[in-house]
Amino acid sequence: MINSFDILETVKMIEEEHLDIRTVTMGISLRDCSGSDINRVSERVYDKITKTAENLVSTAEQIACEYGIPIVNKRVSVTPVSLLADACDTTDPTPLAHALDRAAETLGINFIGGYGALVHKGMTRGDANLINTLPEALSETERVCSFVNVATTRAGINMDAVKTLGELVCRMAYLTRDRESVACAKFVAFANATEDNPFMAGAFHGVGEGEAVINVGVSGPGVVHKAIKRAGDVNLTELAEVVKRTAFKITRAGQLVAKTAAERLNIPFGIVDLSLAPTPAIGDSVAHILEEMGLSSVGSHGTTAALALLNDAVKKGGVMASPHVGGLSGAFIPVSEDAGMIEAASKGLLSFDKLEAMTAVCSVGLDMIAIPGDTPPEVISAIIADEISIGVVNNKTTAVRVIPAYGKGVGDSVNYGGLLGEAPVMPISTCSPLKFISRGGRIPAPIHSQRN
Amino acid sequence: MRAVVTVIGKDATGIIAAVSNVLKERNINILDINQSVLSDMFVMVMLVDISGSNVDFSALSDELVKLGDGMGLKILAMHEDIFNTMHRI
Repeated sequence: MINSFDILETVKMIEEEHLDIRTVTMGISLRDCSGSDINRVSERVYDKITKTAENLVSTAEQIACEYGIPIVNKRVSVTPVSLLADACDTTDPTPLAHALDRAAETLGINFIGGYGALVHKGMTRGDANLINTLPEALSETERVCSFVNVATTRAGINMDAVKTLGELVCRMAYLTRDRESVACAKFVAFANATEDNPFMAGAFHGVGEGEAVINVGVSGPGVVHKAIKRAGDVNLTELAEVVKRTAFKITRAGQLVAKTAAERLNIPFGIVDLSLAPTPAIGDSVAHILEEMGLSSVGSHGTTAALALLNDAVKKGGVMASPHVGGLSGAFIPVSEDAGMIEAASKGLLSFDKLEAMTAVCSVGLDMIAIPGDTPPEVISAIIADEISIGVVNNKTTAVRVIPAYGKGVGDSVNYGGLLGEAPVMPISTCSPLKFISRGGRIPAPIHSQRN
Repeated sequence: MRAVVTVIGKDATGIIAAVSNVLKERNINILDINQSVLSDMFVMVMLVDISGSNVDFSALSDELVKLGDGMGLKILAMHEDIFNTMHRI
């Protein structure tokens, strides 16, 4: 029989330390739904998703019951919808967003991802049609999440797209001004977007993927936090070992769920994403891990180093636990979704600029940060450009999900409740990057992209 | 299929009897028991064979949780694979 100590450790992780599987995400290809009549395409999209993922929620719930480990989210990601928009003989692809929304509602899932485009080098007609109507699509739907990939290390940064996104994010905030500008919380701008990320809002089913796939995102900041606490007064080498061991166990649970879900749904297993994903619940915070490591508050000098250690140790522990690790895989630092980040940001101890520095060493980027509602579009474009540059130069995924909270300023906050949490409006630089952003064009790929 | 039943809570008379009785009613064989009481805290880990069970897993799990609630105990039934994968390489 398995050692009782190990059994009780697992029980404790789940019962007291919030160990859970954050998401079981089914990726579904929509490439066979293409056509010129958008109404017909919408029907095919709805039918394919609801048929393929018919048993996703019930199967995940059954697995959660058998293993005694909660599976918090069941979600679906689809082929970038701009590929369907390309073939449609209309300039308004929003009916496809509505089809996704209806499919998600039928399946009983809270988010569906993939309503987006890859435009790191340029835009097709379908890309442009989808991007230009994004604010409407995201304000008219509830469950649809969107992404736009504006850069890769190989292609450089499409600054024309970055410029457009600044304007669109402002419009999203305005169109959902009666709902705390929630459309912005469902949109991510990416550099080096991954094709198998199971986490929203940036999940999509890449064009290199098969017909359907099961990807699983694990979690467990609370478990890592408690393990560090128990380790006591050890040096950082030993601390990294503690994190590695814990990450291994967490990831093994994710691998088991992924394998079982793939078998029962008869859909290939894709990857396990090793991310430490916080929730606003007390005891489920990445910020509190950093503070347990010895910072008086997240945001202090030393935060980037502590996060770099944490992120690296999580990956090293996790890679051995699963044959296929993918997605974003690293510590997430979404401000609104992390009790410790919310607290530090509210007290002014965590600055926007420190968050930007932190994103250089972890996944994924400037995430769920509320900024003043009167922030001009060019400043949002510049925020995106800065963050995307970090990804492009460092050969990693970075993302921007900022919320210019309409009608609000520093001292106010946006409150979504649930997993999206609460974000205090953070001050940002008021100097203008207008001329730089207006130039447009492409920032060339960095020299180290030339690896062939 | 084998599962692990864990029982944690304040010690009292009849805990093992109550849990065993539910398992017997459900035609579940107990393969191994490890039990201890540490400063009034009762901790028991049971390995059980559920292949002959006359109810499905979620019904068994709910029944044990309910029994635990009535006795001030936390009772959980989990498939043994979760422990094997997390603690064995």
